[in-house]
Amino acid sequence: MNRLWLRQIATVARLEVAKSLFTLRAAPLYLLAGIPVVAVGLILFFMIVFGDAPEELGTVGGTAMFYAHIYQVFILRIVIYTGCVWLFMNLFRGEVLDRSLHYYFLAPIRREVLVAGKFAAGLISAALLFVGTTVASLFLLYAHAGPLAALEHLVGGAGLGQLAGYVGVTLLACLGYGAVFLTIGLLLRNPIVPALLIFLWELINPFLPSLLKKISVVFYLEALLPVRIEDGPFAVIADPVSAWLAVPGLLIFAAVVLACAGWRIRRMEVSYGVD
Amino acid sequence: MSATEIVFDNISKFYGEVLGVNRVHLSIPPGITSLVGPNGSGKTTLMNLMTGLLQPTEGTVRVLGLSPSDPEALFRKLGYCAQFDSFPKGASGRSFILGYLGVHGMTGREAREKTERALERVGLRDAAGRRVAAYSKGMRQRIKLAQALAHEPDVLVLDEPLNGLDPMARAEMIALFQELAGSGRHLIISSHILHEVDLISDQVILLNEGYVVAEGNIRGVRSEMQDRPLQVVIRCDHPTVLASRVFGLDSVVEARIHDDGAGLLVSTKDARKFFLLLNRVVLDCGLKIEAVAPADEDVHAVYQYLIGDEGQTQ
Repeated sequence: MNRLWLRQIATVARLEVAKSLFTLRAAPLYLLAGIPVVAVGLILFFMIVFGDAPEELGTVGGTAMFYAHIYQVFILRIVIYTGCVWLFMNLFRGEVLDRSLHYYFLAPIRREVLVAGKFAAGLISAALLFVGTTVASLFLLYAHAGPLAALEHLVGGAGLGQLAGYVGVTLLACLGYGAVFLTIGLLLRNPIVPALLIFLWELINPFLPSLLKKISVVFYLEALLPVRIEDGPFAVIADPVSAWLAVPGLLIFAAVVLACAGWRIRRMEVSYGVD
Repeated sequence: MSATEIVFDNISKFYGEVLGVNRVHLSIPPGITSLVGPNGSGKTTLMNLMTGLLQPTEGTVRVLGLSPSDPEALFRKLGYCAQFDSFPKGASGRSFILGYLGVHGMTGREAREKTERALERVGLRDAAGRRVAAYSKGMRQRIKLAQALAHEPDVLVLDEPLNGLDPMARAEMIALFQELAGSGRHLIISSHILHEVDLISDQVILLNEGYVVAEGNIRGVRSEMQDRPLQVVIRCDHPTVLASRVFGLDSVVEARIHDDGAGLLVSTKDARKFFLLLNRVVLDCGLKIEAVAPADEDVHAVYQYLIGDEGQTQ
């Protein structure tokens, strides 16, 4: 990769982050990213007002388990997934709908470099939003035990490792889902249907046979979670994947999917009339 | 393959079963070349093929020896002001140009200098800080033009660049096109405004239903249309006398006194022979000639003969 490409990737990423985070189109993303924080805030509010805390929140270990549920069921499967659908699909699809993609196609930039720049923008935007919401909701939940206890848990106990684990999983989720939805946005005119199908596939992942489980992103992400929760009595137990396989596996998967996007964009024509 | 020309080699483009352009062979030299034709004739398709926004079904395009499939090289030499009247969301005039110059890989300072120069050229410096969404049609047209020429390309492709401009702005843009072409650049312009095409073009390419029906210098194109007699307007003091004499010439197929009674419209199938004989008639009759000018040696007339009235707007 030469220096010009790096400069071009940086420029495209800067332009696209501004579009992704600082236009009206970003409003649903902020709402989505704010939901876990608001939800945890409401739990704490009711605890303070009614003095009735869930039993799990009585101990640090219980709080960690409580947050693991929130993260795995809600933040990872719904917030990050839906956010990545919106953010990454709009990187190209949004420009086709706005009829402004041709400006990039008329610039002296390899189209594969454009894909890299847009993906970097999506990743930066998603990371800012969803790492932000992960960290904020975690801190807020631990805050009920008092700032000192929370700090002690994070610095002295297992808290810091767990926080790093959640941040890592969030970043990998953005990477994996981002690559998939950026490519779908390039391949299909109506990407909503495949997004829904993939959502359902990821949702029923715990109940799929062992082999099918592995054809998903969430299976590898869950293997990396710092605190695991039970998937319920009907879940099919599969051999867990080690972090040494899951992380490079997700990185390779994202690279292969992005290579497909690069192949597609080289052949892409701009004819907004049919969109 | 010429590195100084834009070459279309047996280019065809089909949209499914719909013909875009068919079997186009062109070599376009520097200067102003106008693409003329009714809506759907293939003008924009040719421009999009030249810039890689579309890929040909068959054939190859080379712009100064470069392929449209090599954007890194091509778009350092080519700027395209497309017909799409759309812009990135939230962009101001200045940030719109600056952003895409950044994509070229320019440093901040270089990009800023070129942006200001381009804004100056299209007369939009004062409005450059405003959002493009709040611009008038004419201003949007000019900011697109500024974006296309900001990196000072050798080839400028302009799809209907005069649309939406007021007469003053049109005159300024035409002067700018002539200045750019005068410095050895290629300007490929599509337009419906035939009298302006006539005014600025070094050569024209007439398209109809996806086919090139004529190309080249407009006088050359006209002279090749031998089935259409050339019309000549002669303004003189005694047009009736002149009419009676030219009727006798075998090169003249029609002679009509002008409505104002001060001129004669002659149709001739052999212009050279007619002009030689006209000199003799004028001397013999002692006529005072004010003006002799071809009446149908312009784009408008050639368009009428080859394509007809369809799609013509002005």
